[in-house]
Amino acid sequence: MEAYINLFVKSIFIENMIFAYFLGMCSYLAVSKTVKTAVGLGFAVIFVLAITVPINFLLDTYLLKPGALAWLGTDYAAIDLSFLSFIMFIAVIASMVQLVEMIVEKFAPALYGALGIFLPLIAVNCAILGGSLFMQQKDFGGVLESGVYGLGSGIGWFLAIIAIAAIREKITYSNVPAPLKGLGITFIITGLMAIGFMSFMGIKL
Amino acid sequence: MKQKNTPLQKPSLFFVNKDKEALFSKKNRALLSDPMDDNNPITVQVLGICSALAITVQLKPAIVMSISVLVVMAASNVIISLLRNLIPNRIRIIVQLVVVAAMVVLVDQVLKAFAYDVYKELSIFIGLIITNCIVMGRLEAFALANKPWKSFLDGVGNAAGYGFILIVVAFFRELLGSGKLFGYQVVPDALYAMGYENNGLMLLSPMALITVGLFIWVQRSRNRKLIEKN
Repeated sequence: MEAYINLFVKSIFIENMIFAYFLGMCSYLAVSKTVKTAVGLGFAVIFVLAITVPINFLLDTYLLKPGALAWLGTDYAAIDLSFLSFIMFIAVIASMVQLVEMIVEKFAPALYGALGIFLPLIAVNCAILGGSLFMQQKDFGGVLESGVYGLGSGIGWFLAIIAIAAIREKITYSNVPAPLKGLGITFIITGLMAIGFMSFMGIKL
Repeated sequence: MKQKNTPLQKPSLFFVNKDKEALFSKKNRALLSDPMDDNNPITVQVLGICSALAITVQLKPAIVMSISVLVVMAASNVIISLLRNLIPNRIRIIVQLVVVAAMVVLVDQVLKAFAYDVYKELSIFIGLIITNCIVMGRLEAFALANKPWKSFLDGVGNAAGYGFILIVVAFFRELLGSGKLFGYQVVPDALYAMGYENNGLMLLSPMALITVGLFIWVQRSRNRKLIEKN
Protein backbone atom coordinates (compact mmCIF):
# COMPACT_ATOMS: atom_id res chain seq x y z
CA MET A 1 0.00 0.00 0.00
CA GLU A 2 2.79 2.37 0.93
CA ALA A 3 4.47 1.76 -2.41
CA TYR A 4 1.32 2.84 -4.22
CA ILE A 5 1.06 6.07 -2.25
CA ASN A 6 4.71 6.80 -2.94
CA LEU A 7 4.25 6.20 -6.64
CA PHE A 8 1.14 8.38 -6.61
CA VAL A 9 2.84 11.35 -4.95
CA LYS A 10 5.92 10.87 -7.09
CA SER A 11 3.97 10.94 -10.34
CA ILE A 12 2.05 14.05 -9.29
CA PHE A 13 4.86 16.22 -8.01
CA ILE A 14 8.35 14.91 -8.65
CA GLU A 15 7.77 13.57 -12.14
CA ASN A 16 5.18 16.13 -13.10
CA MET A 17 4.26 15.72 -16.76
CA ILE A 18 4.45 19.44 -17.49
CA PHE A 19 7.21 20.74 -15.26
CA ALA A 20 9.61 17.83 -15.38
CA TYR A 21 9.04 16.38 -18.87
CA PHE A 22 7.21 19.11 -20.82
CA LEU A 23 4.61 16.69 -22.07
CA GLY A 24 1.27 18.01 -23.22
CA MET A 25 2.67 21.50 -23.57
CA CYS A 26 0.75 22.32 -26.75
CA SER A 27 -2.69 22.03 -25.24
CA TYR A 28 -1.33 23.36 -21.95
CA LEU A 29 -0.39 26.61 -23.69
CA ALA A 30 -3.37 26.76 -26.03
CA VAL A 31 -6.18 26.02 -23.57
CA SER A 32 -4.96 27.84 -20.47
CA LYS A 33 -6.47 31.26 -21.15
CA THR A 34 -9.28 30.79 -18.62
CA VAL A 35 -9.58 28.57 -15.57
CA LYS A 36 -12.96 27.17 -16.62
CA THR A 37 -11.80 25.57 -19.86
CA ALA A 38 -8.58 24.46 -18.18
CA VAL A 39 -10.59 22.51 -15.58
CA GLY A 40 -12.57 20.77 -18.34
CA LEU A 41 -9.48 19.69 -20.23
CA GLY A 42 -7.70 18.72 -17.03
CA PHE A 43 -10.47 16.32 -15.99
CA ALA A 44 -10.57 14.79 -19.45
CA VAL A 45 -6.82 14.18 -19.32
CA ILE A 46 -7.01 12.53 -15.87
CA PHE A 47 -9.79 10.28 -17.10
CA VAL A 48 -8.08 9.16 -20.29
CA LEU A 49 -4.65 8.70 -18.68
CA ALA A 50 -6.06 6.61 -15.84
CA ILE A 51 -7.77 4.31 -18.37
CA THR A 52 -5.20 4.02 -21.15
CA VAL A 53 -2.07 3.42 -19.07
CA PRO A 54 -3.37 0.17 -17.48
CA ILE A 55 -4.80 -1.04 -20.81
CA ASN A 56 -1.51 -0.40 -22.55
CA PHE A 57 0.26 -2.11 -19.66
CA LEU A 58 -1.76 -5.26 -20.28
CA LEU A 59 -1.08 -5.04 -24.00
CA ASP A 60 2.61 -4.59 -23.35
CA THR A 61 2.85 -7.46 -20.88
CA TYR A 62 0.83 -10.04 -22.78
CA LEU A 63 1.47 -9.08 -26.38
CA LEU A 64 4.37 -6.79 -27.10
CA LYS A 65 7.28 -7.39 -24.71
CA PRO A 66 10.05 -9.79 -25.69
CA GLY A 67 8.74 -13.17 -24.58
CA ALA A 68 5.28 -11.81 -23.84
CA LEU A 69 3.63 -14.34 -26.10
CA ALA A 70 4.87 -17.24 -23.97
CA TRP A 71 1.29 -17.87 -22.79
CA LEU A 72 0.48 -19.08 -26.31
CA GLY A 73 3.04 -21.84 -26.06
CA THR A 74 6.78 -22.29 -26.08
CA ASP A 75 6.98 -21.73 -29.84
CA TYR A 76 5.93 -18.13 -29.43
CA ALA A 77 8.20 -17.28 -26.51
CA ALA A 78 10.99 -15.97 -28.72
CA ILE A 79 8.82 -13.45 -30.55
CA ASP A 80 9.54 -9.78 -29.85
CA LEU A 81 6.81 -7.46 -31.06
CA SER A 82 8.00 -4.40 -29.17
CA PHE A 83 8.56 -2.43 -32.39
CA LEU A 84 4.78 -2.39 -32.77
CA SER A 85 4.23 -0.63 -29.47
CA PHE A 86 3.85 2.90 -30.86
CA ILE A 87 1.11 1.85 -33.25
CA MET A 88 -0.66 -0.29 -30.66
CA PHE A 89 -0.53 2.41 -27.99
CA ILE A 90 -1.75 5.17 -30.23
CA ALA A 91 -4.53 2.97 -31.59
CA VAL A 92 -5.66 2.17 -28.03
CA ILE A 93 -5.54 5.85 -27.11
CA ALA A 94 -7.43 7.03 -30.18
CA SER A 95 -10.12 4.41 -29.78
CA MET A 96 -10.39 4.94 -26.00
CA VAL A 97 -10.87 8.64 -26.58
CA GLN A 98 -13.59 7.89 -29.11
CA LEU A 99 -15.22 5.46 -26.67
CA VAL A 100 -14.99 7.82 -23.71
CA GLU A 101 -16.51 10.52 -25.87
CA MET A 102 -19.49 8.33 -26.75
CA ILE A 103 -20.02 7.13 -23.17
CA VAL A 104 -19.85 10.62 -21.74
CA GLU A 105 -22.21 11.91 -24.42
CA LYS A 106 -24.73 9.20 -23.60
CA PHE A 107 -24.64 9.13 -19.80
CA ALA A 108 -23.43 12.58 -18.75
CA PRO A 109 -24.58 15.11 -21.34
CA ALA A 110 -23.80 18.01 -19.01
CA LEU A 111 -20.16 16.96 -18.66
CA TYR A 112 -20.03 16.36 -22.42
CA GLY A 113 -21.22 19.90 -23.05
CA ALA A 114 -18.61 21.25 -20.65
CA LEU A 115 -15.73 19.30 -22.20
CA GLY A 116 -16.86 20.04 -25.74
CA ILE A 117 -14.10 19.86 -28.29
CA PHE A 118 -11.43 18.99 -25.75
CA LEU A 119 -12.24 15.30 -25.65
CA PRO A 120 -11.21 14.51 -29.24
CA LEU A 121 -8.17 16.77 -28.85
CA ILE A 122 -6.85 14.55 -26.11
CA ALA A 123 -5.93 11.84 -28.59
CA VAL A 124 -3.04 14.01 -29.72
CA ASN A 125 -1.97 15.21 -26.29
CA CYS A 126 1.63 14.11 -25.81
CA ALA A 127 1.05 13.57 -22.09
CA ILE A 128 -1.24 10.62 -22.84
CA LEU A 129 1.14 8.77 -25.13
CA GLY A 130 4.02 9.85 -22.91
CA GLY A 131 2.32 8.21 -19.91
CA SER A 132 2.14 4.91 -21.77
CA LEU A 133 5.71 5.12 -23.03
CA PHE A 134 7.05 5.92 -19.55
CA MET A 135 5.01 3.03 -18.21
CA GLN A 136 6.77 0.78 -20.72
CA GLN A 137 10.18 2.08 -19.62
CA LYS A 138 9.50 1.79 -15.92
CA ASP A 139 8.68 -1.94 -15.90
CA PHE A 140 5.77 -1.79 -13.49
CA GLY A 141 4.84 -4.88 -11.53
CA GLY A 142 1.09 -4.94 -12.06
CA VAL A 143 -2.02 -3.37 -13.50
CA LEU A 144 -2.80 -1.55 -10.27
CA GLU A 145 0.62 0.03 -10.16
CA SER A 146 0.35 1.32 -13.70
CA GLY A 147 -3.17 2.56 -12.99
CA VAL A 148 -1.93 4.52 -9.99
CA TYR A 149 0.83 5.96 -12.15
CA GLY A 150 -1.63 7.01 -14.86
CA LEU A 151 -3.98 8.60 -12.34
CA GLY A 152 -1.14 10.46 -10.63
CA SER A 153 0.31 11.80 -13.87
CA GLY A 154 -3.13 12.99 -14.89
CA ILE A 155 -3.64 14.81 -11.62
CA GLY A 156 -0.20 16.42 -11.94
CA TRP A 157 -1.10 17.69 -15.40
CA PHE A 158 -4.45 18.93 -14.10
CA LEU A 159 -2.81 20.91 -11.28
CA ALA A 160 -0.29 22.44 -13.66
CA ILE A 161 -2.84 23.66 -16.20
CA ILE A 162 -5.07 25.11 -13.48
CA ALA A 163 -2.15 26.96 -11.93
CA ILE A 164 -1.04 28.53 -15.21
CA ALA A 165 -4.62 29.41 -16.20
CA ALA A 166 -5.13 31.24 -12.92
CA ILE A 167 -1.87 33.13 -13.37
CA ARG A 168 -2.76 34.04 -16.96
CA GLU A 169 -6.13 35.37 -15.87
CA LYS A 170 -4.42 37.68 -13.38
CA ILE A 171 -1.57 38.70 -15.66
CA THR A 172 -3.87 40.56 -18.03
CA TYR A 173 -3.84 43.34 -15.41
CA SER A 174 -0.06 43.59 -15.39
CA ASN A 175 2.10 45.70 -17.61
CA VAL A 176 4.05 43.12 -19.63
CA PRO A 177 6.42 44.39 -22.39
CA ALA A 178 4.47 44.26 -25.65
CA PRO A 179 6.60 41.70 -27.54
CA LEU A 180 6.48 39.39 -24.53
CA LYS A 181 2.69 39.47 -24.17
CA GLY A 182 0.76 36.23 -24.52
CA LEU A 183 2.99 33.35 -25.46
CA GLY A 184 6.35 34.77 -24.38
CA ILE A 185 5.41 35.56 -20.81
CA THR A 186 3.58 32.25 -20.48
CA PHE A 187 6.77 30.41 -21.39
CA ILE A 188 8.80 32.35 -18.86
CA ILE A 189 6.23 31.85 -16.09
CA THR A 190 6.14 28.14 -16.84
CA GLY A 191 9.92 28.11 -16.60
CA LEU A 192 9.81 29.78 -13.20
CA MET A 193 7.13 27.37 -12.01
CA ALA A 194 9.27 24.49 -13.21
CA ILE A 195 12.17 25.83 -11.14
CA GLY A 196 9.77 25.85 -8.19
CA PHE A 197 8.75 22.27 -8.87
CA MET A 198 12.41 21.25 -8.95
CA SER A 199 12.45 21.65 -5.20
CA PHE A 200 10.46 18.39 -5.05
CA MET A 201 13.35 16.58 -6.69
CA GLY A 202 15.25 16.22 -3.47
CA ILE A 203 12.46 14.14 -1.96
CA LYS A 204 13.29 10.45 -1.93
CA LEU A 205 10.29 8.18 -1.94
CA MET B 1 -24.61 17.77 -73.67
CA LYS B 2 -21.84 16.05 -71.85
CA GLN B 3 -19.33 18.07 -69.98
CA LYS B 4 -15.86 17.21 -71.04
CA ASN B 5 -13.74 19.19 -68.69
CA THR B 6 -14.27 18.36 -65.08
CA PRO B 7 -11.01 19.46 -63.53
CA LEU B 8 -12.34 19.25 -60.00
CA GLN B 9 -12.84 15.52 -60.16
CA LYS B 10 -9.49 14.81 -61.68
CA PRO B 11 -7.79 12.09 -59.65
CA SER B 12 -4.75 13.51 -57.99
CA LEU B 13 -2.80 10.34 -57.51
CA PHE B 14 0.35 11.50 -59.22
CA PHE B 15 3.21 13.45 -57.87
CA VAL B 16 3.02 16.10 -60.60
CA ASN B 17 1.56 19.52 -60.93
CA LYS B 18 -1.36 19.42 -63.31
CA ASP B 19 -2.04 23.14 -63.04
CA LYS B 20 1.28 23.99 -64.67
CA GLU B 21 2.67 25.86 -61.73
CA ALA B 22 6.44 25.99 -61.63
CA LEU B 23 7.89 23.61 -59.06
CA PHE B 24 9.42 26.49 -57.14
CA SER B 25 6.99 29.29 -57.89
CA LYS B 26 6.78 32.25 -55.54
CA LYS B 27 3.87 30.71 -53.65
CA ASN B 28 5.70 27.44 -53.24
CA ARG B 29 8.81 29.16 -52.00
CA ALA B 30 6.71 31.01 -49.46
CA LEU B 31 5.54 27.63 -48.16
CA LEU B 32 9.15 26.85 -47.41
CA SER B 33 10.25 30.19 -46.01
CA ASP B 34 7.21 31.39 -44.02
CA PRO B 35 7.60 28.85 -41.24
CA MET B 36 11.12 30.07 -40.59
CA ASP B 37 9.96 33.39 -39.19
CA ASP B 38 6.47 34.85 -39.74
CA ASN B 39 4.67 31.60 -39.21
CA ASN B 40 7.13 29.61 -37.15
CA PRO B 41 5.51 26.45 -35.80
CA ILE B 42 6.94 26.87 -32.31
CA THR B 43 6.98 30.57 -31.59
CA VAL B 44 3.89 31.60 -33.56
CA GLN B 45 1.66 28.60 -34.11
CA VAL B 46 2.46 27.10 -30.67
CA LEU B 47 2.84 23.59 -32.07
CA GLY B 48 5.29 20.87 -31.16
CA ILE B 49 6.59 22.39 -27.98
CA CYS B 50 6.60 19.21 -25.95
CA SER B 51 9.58 17.62 -27.61
CA ALA B 52 11.28 20.91 -28.50
CA LEU B 53 12.06 21.60 -24.88
CA ALA B 54 13.16 18.26 -23.55
CA ILE B 55 15.92 17.41 -26.00
CA THR B 56 17.73 20.72 -26.38
CA VAL B 57 20.42 20.18 -23.77
CA GLN B 58 22.96 19.36 -26.48
CA LEU B 59 23.21 20.10 -30.18
CA LYS B 60 23.57 16.55 -31.42
CA PRO B 61 20.26 15.09 -30.22
CA ALA B 62 18.54 18.31 -31.26
CA ILE B 63 19.79 17.91 -34.81
CA VAL B 64 18.91 14.21 -34.95
CA MET B 65 15.44 15.06 -33.67
CA SER B 66 15.00 17.81 -36.28
CA ILE B 67 15.95 15.46 -39.07
CA SER B 68 13.61 12.75 -37.77
CA VAL B 69 10.73 15.21 -37.59
CA LEU B 70 11.55 16.46 -41.08
CA VAL B 71 11.42 12.96 -42.54
CA VAL B 72 8.22 12.05 -40.71
CA MET B 73 6.48 15.29 -41.63
CA ALA B 74 7.43 15.29 -45.28
CA ALA B 75 6.45 11.64 -45.73
CA SER B 76 3.19 11.75 -43.80
CA ASN B 77 2.13 15.03 -45.41
CA VAL B 78 2.56 13.50 -48.85
CA ILE B 79 0.76 10.29 -47.89
CA ILE B 80 -2.21 12.05 -46.32
CA SER B 81 -2.35 14.46 -49.22
CA LEU B 82 -2.53 11.55 -51.67
CA LEU B 83 -5.26 9.92 -49.59
CA ARG B 84 -7.14 13.11 -48.83
CA ASN B 85 -10.12 12.38 -51.07
CA LEU B 86 -10.46 8.83 -49.79
CA ILE B 87 -10.46 9.44 -46.03
CA PRO B 88 -13.91 9.67 -44.46
CA ASN B 89 -14.11 12.79 -42.37
CA ARG B 90 -15.20 11.10 -39.15
CA ILE B 91 -12.26 8.77 -38.79
CA ARG B 92 -9.60 11.06 -40.21
CA ILE B 93 -7.79 11.48 -36.90
CA ILE B 94 -7.29 7.74 -36.51
CA VAL B 95 -6.12 7.44 -40.12
CA GLN B 96 -3.67 10.29 -39.64
CA LEU B 97 -2.36 8.79 -36.42
CA VAL B 98 -1.81 5.42 -38.07
CA VAL B 99 0.08 6.95 -41.00
CA VAL B 100 2.24 9.07 -38.72
CA ALA B 101 2.84 6.17 -36.35
CA ALA B 102 4.00 3.97 -39.22
CA MET B 103 6.47 6.65 -40.33
CA VAL B 104 7.72 7.09 -36.77
CA VAL B 105 8.27 3.37 -36.37
CA LEU B 106 10.44 3.43 -39.50
CA VAL B 107 12.52 6.34 -38.18
CA ASP B 108 12.72 4.69 -34.77
CA GLN B 109 14.05 1.43 -36.19
CA VAL B 110 16.55 3.22 -38.46
CA LEU B 111 17.92 5.23 -35.54
CA LYS B 112 18.08 2.16 -33.37
CA ALA B 113 20.14 0.43 -36.03
CA PHE B 114 22.50 3.24 -37.07
CA ALA B 115 22.73 5.73 -34.20
CA TYR B 116 22.14 3.75 -31.05
CA ASP B 117 23.69 6.21 -28.56
CA VAL B 118 21.53 9.10 -29.80
CA TYR B 119 18.54 6.76 -29.87
CA LYS B 120 19.09 6.02 -26.18
CA GLU B 121 19.37 9.71 -25.42
CA LEU B 122 16.16 10.65 -27.23
CA SER B 123 14.37 7.74 -25.51
CA ILE B 124 10.63 8.24 -25.61
CA PHE B 125 10.75 11.47 -27.58
CA ILE B 126 11.08 9.65 -30.90
CA GLY B 127 7.79 7.92 -30.11
CA LEU B 128 6.30 11.21 -29.13
CA ILE B 129 6.76 12.54 -32.67
CA ILE B 130 3.46 10.71 -33.27
CA THR B 131 1.63 13.12 -31.04
CA ASN B 132 3.86 16.03 -31.90
CA CYS B 133 1.27 18.69 -32.56
CA ILE B 134 3.24 20.03 -35.54
CA VAL B 135 2.73 16.85 -37.50
CA MET B 136 -0.97 16.53 -36.69
CA GLY B 137 -1.52 20.27 -36.98
CA ARG B 138 -0.06 20.51 -40.47
CA LEU B 139 -1.88 17.38 -41.60
CA GLU B 140 -5.18 18.85 -40.45
CA ALA B 141 -4.52 22.38 -41.61
CA PHE B 142 -2.68 21.78 -44.86
CA ALA B 143 -2.27 18.28 -46.22
CA LEU B 144 -5.99 17.47 -46.07
CA ALA B 145 -6.72 20.32 -48.47
CA ASN B 146 -3.71 20.56 -50.75
CA LYS B 147 -1.85 18.70 -53.46
CA PRO B 148 1.06 16.38 -52.65
CA TRP B 149 3.90 18.61 -53.86
CA LYS B 150 2.63 21.61 -51.90
CA SER B 151 2.06 19.46 -48.85
CA PHE B 152 5.58 18.15 -49.18
CA LEU B 153 6.98 21.69 -49.24
CA ASP B 154 4.77 22.67 -46.32
CA GLY B 155 5.99 19.69 -44.32
CA VAL B 156 9.63 20.40 -45.07
CA GLY B 157 9.20 24.12 -44.35
CA ASN B 158 7.50 23.62 -41.02
CA ALA B 159 9.92 20.93 -39.92
CA ALA B 160 12.77 23.26 -40.82
CA GLY B 161 11.22 26.07 -38.80
CA TYR B 162 10.89 23.67 -35.88
CA GLY B 163 14.45 22.44 -36.30
CA PHE B 164 15.73 26.00 -36.47
CA ILE B 165 14.34 26.83 -33.02
CA LEU B 166 15.55 23.51 -31.64
CA ILE B 167 19.07 24.13 -32.88
CA VAL B 168 19.21 27.74 -31.66
CA VAL B 169 18.00 26.76 -28.19
CA ALA B 170 20.34 23.78 -28.05
CA PHE B 171 23.26 25.94 -29.18
CA PHE B 172 22.84 28.39 -26.31
CA ARG B 173 22.10 25.72 -23.74
CA GLU B 174 25.12 23.63 -24.61
CA LEU B 175 27.44 26.63 -24.98
CA LEU B 176 26.44 28.34 -21.73
CA GLY B 177 25.66 25.20 -19.78
CA SER B 178 28.70 23.07 -20.49
CA GLY B 179 31.00 25.28 -22.57
CA LYS B 180 30.89 22.78 -25.41
CA LEU B 181 29.44 22.42 -28.89
CA PHE B 182 28.75 18.93 -30.30
CA GLY B 183 30.57 17.62 -27.24
CA TYR B 184 33.82 19.49 -28.00
CA GLN B 185 35.00 22.17 -25.65
CA VAL B 186 34.84 25.63 -27.25
CA VAL B 187 35.20 27.92 -24.25
CA PRO B 188 38.98 28.39 -23.94
CA ASP B 189 40.73 27.24 -20.77
CA ALA B 190 42.09 30.77 -20.29
CA LEU B 191 38.56 31.98 -19.66
CA TYR B 192 38.04 29.35 -16.97
CA ALA B 193 41.38 30.41 -15.44
CA MET B 194 40.04 33.95 -15.20
CA GLY B 195 37.15 32.69 -13.09
CA TYR B 196 34.49 31.94 -15.73
CA GLU B 197 32.07 29.21 -14.65
CA ASN B 198 29.67 27.12 -16.68
CA ASN B 199 26.08 27.94 -15.84
CA GLY B 200 24.74 24.61 -14.65
CA LEU B 201 21.21 25.97 -14.55
CA MET B 202 21.18 26.08 -18.36
CA LEU B 203 21.32 22.29 -18.41
CA LEU B 204 18.15 21.96 -16.33
CA SER B 205 14.80 21.76 -18.03
CA PRO B 206 13.25 25.06 -16.84
CA MET B 207 15.88 27.07 -18.66
CA ALA B 208 14.69 25.60 -21.97
CA LEU B 209 11.33 27.27 -21.40
CA ILE B 210 12.92 30.55 -20.45
CA THR B 211 15.27 30.45 -23.45
CA VAL B 212 12.33 29.94 -25.78
CA GLY B 213 10.50 32.76 -23.99
CA LEU B 214 13.44 35.10 -24.55
CA PHE B 215 13.70 33.97 -28.17
CA ILE B 216 10.04 34.91 -28.65
CA TRP B 217 10.75 38.27 -27.08
CA VAL B 218 13.60 38.97 -29.50
CA GLN B 219 11.63 37.72 -32.50
CA ARG B 220 8.56 39.78 -31.72
CA SER B 221 10.39 42.99 -31.05
CA ARG B 222 11.96 42.62 -34.50
CA ASN B 223 8.71 41.62 -36.16
CA ARG B 224 6.06 43.73 -34.51
CA LYS B 225 3.07 42.36 -36.37
CA LEU B 226 3.34 39.14 -34.35
CA ILE B 227 2.61 40.91 -31.05
CA GLU B 228 -0.47 39.58 -29.23
CA LYS B 229 -3.18 41.77 -27.74
CA ASN B 230 -2.97 40.61 -24.16
